[in-house]
Amino acid sequence: MSIREVRLSTTPTPEAIADLRLGDIVYLDGLMYTAREGVYMRALEDKANIPMELPSQSAANFHCSPAAAIREDGSYDMGAVTATASFRFAKWLPEWMAKTGAKLIVGKGGMTSKDYRDYFVPNGAIYLTTVGYGTGALLGRGVERVEAVHWNEELGLAQAMWVLKCNKMGPFIVASDLQGNCLFERENAKIAENIAQAYEGTRPATLKRYGETDDRSDEVI
Amino acid sequence: MIPAELIQSTARVLMDKAAIEIPQDYLDGLQRAAETEDGDLSSFVLRAMLENYEAAKEDRRAMCGDTGVPRWFVKLGNEAQVEGGMVALEAALRRATAEATNSVPLRPNRVHPLWRTDHDNNVGIGAPEIEYGFEPATPEYGGAWIDLITVHKGGLFGTDYRMLFPSDGIEGIKRFYLDSLMAFGKRGLACQPAIIGIGLGGSKDICMTLGKRASTLRIVGSRNSDPKIAQMEDEFKELGNSIGMGAMGFVGKNMVIDCNIEVGYCHTGGMPMSVHAFCLSSRRAVARIHADGRVEHRTDPDWFTPYQRRETVDWPAHQEAAE
Repeated sequence: MSIREVRLSTTPTPEAIADLRLGDIVYLDGLMYTAREGVYMRALEDKANIPMELPSQSAANFHCSPAAAIREDGSYDMGAVTATASFRFAKWLPEWMAKTGAKLIVGKGGMTSKDYRDYFVPNGAIYLTTVGYGTGALLGRGVERVEAVHWNEELGLAQAMWVLKCNKMGPFIVASDLQGNCLFERENAKIAENIAQAYEGTRPATLKRYGETDDRSDEVI
Repeated sequence: MIPAELIQSTARVLMDKAAIEIPQDYLDGLQRAAETEDGDLSSFVLRAMLENYEAAKEDRRAMCGDTGVPRWFVKLGNEAQVEGGMVALEAALRRATAEATNSVPLRPNRVHPLWRTDHDNNVGIGAPEIEYGFEPATPEYGGAWIDLITVHKGGLFGTDYRMLFPSDGIEGIKRFYLDSLMAFGKRGLACQPAIIGIGLGGSKDICMTLGKRASTLRIVGSRNSDPKIAQMEDEFKELGNSIGMGAMGFVGKNMVIDCNIEVGYCHTGGMPMSVHAFCLSSRRAVARIHADGRVEHRTDPDWFTPYQRRETVDWPAHQEAAE
């Protein structure tokens, strides 16, 4: 299989999204905002007004806190940029997507195919995973400038809403498609065929744990 | 007498180096992995990571946006003295951590576990951790030196602990090792290929400490001084790489860059075990500060000396010259 490279806008057309295939390498252009638990809680639970026009300004939600600082003169020092694991945000994402029209969820490790089928596909959205993890320096280079940092006072630097101007920012990998397929689950299934030989001759622990699975085709997310 | 100011300025440099420069031993290991990898997606990931290390050094930018939870290991030669005492040393390390967070910049990862208070400087209650070790004087270096080691390790996935028993045997140890790799390797949550550290024995907390130190304070290619444990390390490395899982949980053959095992004596009824993964950004930096003000930088913590692994009641305060 040859790997295909694609440049994609952070306000992508439905056609551009439909064209993406699992395993494509994507580079992003346009505005992307960071939002993780802090932003989700403030916008969805505390009902604070989102300080951006979404999705017209950006339809790309990055599960990220950058290694960055705000200087005394108000300028930004953007260092490395990598994502945090997305599965923990499943609780807020359906409502967030409905509210903001996000089409690209960008993070670490993807979601389950059930998440994709339940609310990604109906919203015409797909998941892009960061690479590695993490190619922090490469992604940092793809940030042309910091447009704004919202809710820094309320949430702190790591949870604030950073608005990043991306210029061929990447690489990212397409991890879901509009049919609801999941790249990571596809890989899990392939690997599952071989697991038995690696486990041959091992034995389960004498002392068990509540809720424990011994089925290695399961995931922990 | 080592000035606290020299400790602070050296620590500040170490924070920078750890965040930006991948240690050579890990880089060599990853390059070997990239050469052997034949899974198309996992190959792509390894090549991107190699490019990322170069970009970090060129730009003097942190290699990963998650700059981990910075911590310190301090090893003191038996005659080391710090101006202002050990309280001054700890203050110097906390200041260096806070300064570097703003100037590199690092991500201010450290927050209060309940109130989520973030001082935006990676300093807080118990943060950064500072752990200590001591070392007899040697003919080569004497005993009036301090090794400062900083480790920037991620904190969420890839680590687990379990109380095993003698009846679980090697088969049980292998099982828990594989379970940890499988559970956290899928989707690449552990950010593998990693330096896997295994702690065996000790009490529960020390078991975790041993495994963490095995992954972070020993370099790729090092082997335990016990030949039978060294053989297990080789075998476990191979076992981890035989699962068929590579970077990001994609099909591949490189999960474990190396496997380091450290042991400590434990309760006669138990065999506690911990597994730790030091990730694609295996960040550590080391400097030895001598009493005359000389500072020597390196990337090998050289933590596990014969003294650290001693079994006997007594040990000479001055090591004899090697023959």
